[in-house]
Amino acid sequence: MDWQALTLSVKLSLMTLVFLLPIGIVFGRWLAYRRFIGKSLLQTVLALPLVLPPTVLGYYLLVVFSPNQGLGLWLANNFGTTLVFNFEGLVLASIIFNLPFAIQPMQRAFASIPNEIREAAACCGMKPSTVLWKIELPLAWPGIVSAMIMCFAHTLGEFGIVLMVGGNIPDETQTIAISIYDRVQAFDDQSASIMSFSLLIFSMLTISFTYWLSERSSHNHA
Amino acid sequence: MKKFFFAILLITFNQFALATDIPVIAAAASVKFALQDIAKEFTQDTGKKVRISYSSSGNLTRQILQGGPFELFLSANTHYIDQLHQQHKTVGQGVVYAIGRLVLLTHKDSNVQLDKNLADVRQALQDGRLTRFAIANPVHAPYGVAGKEVLNTLELWALSVPNLVLGENIAQAAQFTRSGAAQAGLISYSLALAPALKNHTRFLLLPADLHQPIQQSMVLLKNAGATSKLFFNYLQQDKARNIFSAYGFSAP
Repeated sequence: MDWQALTLSVKLSLMTLVFLLPIGIVFGRWLAYRRFIGKSLLQTVLALPLVLPPTVLGYYLLVVFSPNQGLGLWLANNFGTTLVFNFEGLVLASIIFNLPFAIQPMQRAFASIPNEIREAAACCGMKPSTVLWKIELPLAWPGIVSAMIMCFAHTLGEFGIVLMVGGNIPDETQTIAISIYDRVQAFDDQSASIMSFSLLIFSMLTISFTYWLSERSSHNHA
Repeated sequence: MKKFFFAILLITFNQFALATDIPVIAAAASVKFALQDIAKEFTQDTGKKVRISYSSSGNLTRQILQGGPFELFLSANTHYIDQLHQQHKTVGQGVVYAIGRLVLLTHKDSNVQLDKNLADVRQALQDGRLTRFAIANPVHAPYGVAGKEVLNTLELWALSVPNLVLGENIAQAAQFTRSGAAQAGLISYSLALAPALKNHTRFLLLPADLHQPIQQSMVLLKNAGATSKLFFNYLQQDKARNIFSAYGFSAP
């Protein structure tokens, strides 16, 4: 077991959640309750990572953040670093490719709250922020939690974009998925098999937990 | 606004980024096991550590050009070192640290016979015993280029093409053969000698005149720090030379 890679993966997943929790709540709620011009275009763009090959996203991130031109050059000159082949770059990539995994379940969770409940709360004179805090979040939490778990698991497993944007640098961009690939190429079957089996078990636990959550929340609504 | 966001992101994460100041070294997959042993000795002798990222030399060159944080690069040829030197990414022109050789590698259960002129490989390609023949990708892996040269020299290239499987680097090509997914492959001598490969495969060293000499060069990159410079010198001393030679590399 490559503990360094596992620690890095967990760190990456947690950093991703720190960003995606507020992003998911804001966008999920907005898309659930509001109609506006360009909504379907926005939904399309936010869902794109579901079908876009990770290598396409990886390619564009490399182009944009390559320190030889444009934004990458500007970052390199002003900060002495850029967002490729380092941990920060992986966080950015991970936020982008997890957008639909965070937003869509939260959007469904907010949409399933009956309008009458929110209207009744508003009639009672509750401020919108209070409605969010006291009414919406307590009702939507199973959706939010399962979104976060899916993002966490998805980040642990992401491979193509991490290899392209991050390379294979120990303790910087060598996540557990990359480490499995690396161990196989070092003919180290034992490590590869331990890590693969751990991820298999973890993935199964993740999926069963999210099923349990969604069953629980559908009982509540019934 | 976009730039502002990235600025915030970078500042927030700089703590994380600077968590480790152990230098990162880019190394061709062919030196994997030798370099691992040398790095261990280096740490014992000096108390300093290095991190090593392995891939094909061409892939690593691209990463260096795109801003990869590497301080030292061990390539499997001189061409990529020259290319980086021309683009002002290096400190000096670099030095040859080892001369590599190719072997014909077969899985131990494969019935393809080992011989210097690949006579049975030719036969096996024709009679269907050899359907998966592993080499490294000649587009960006120097050992793939050498493998292609061998096949061209022996006028086997056209016959092999339909059955070639291309490894992303020479270690992956070796892994294809080790697992039995490929019945044979043209692999670096250095990997064929690795203990983890020995139990699963058989090999035969190919004559050096079947391909251009594989002159493996290394160079310090622009952002090299003290530890990398120390390691660069260490790699040229007897202790490192002996380890390279134990993995089948000839002295430059």
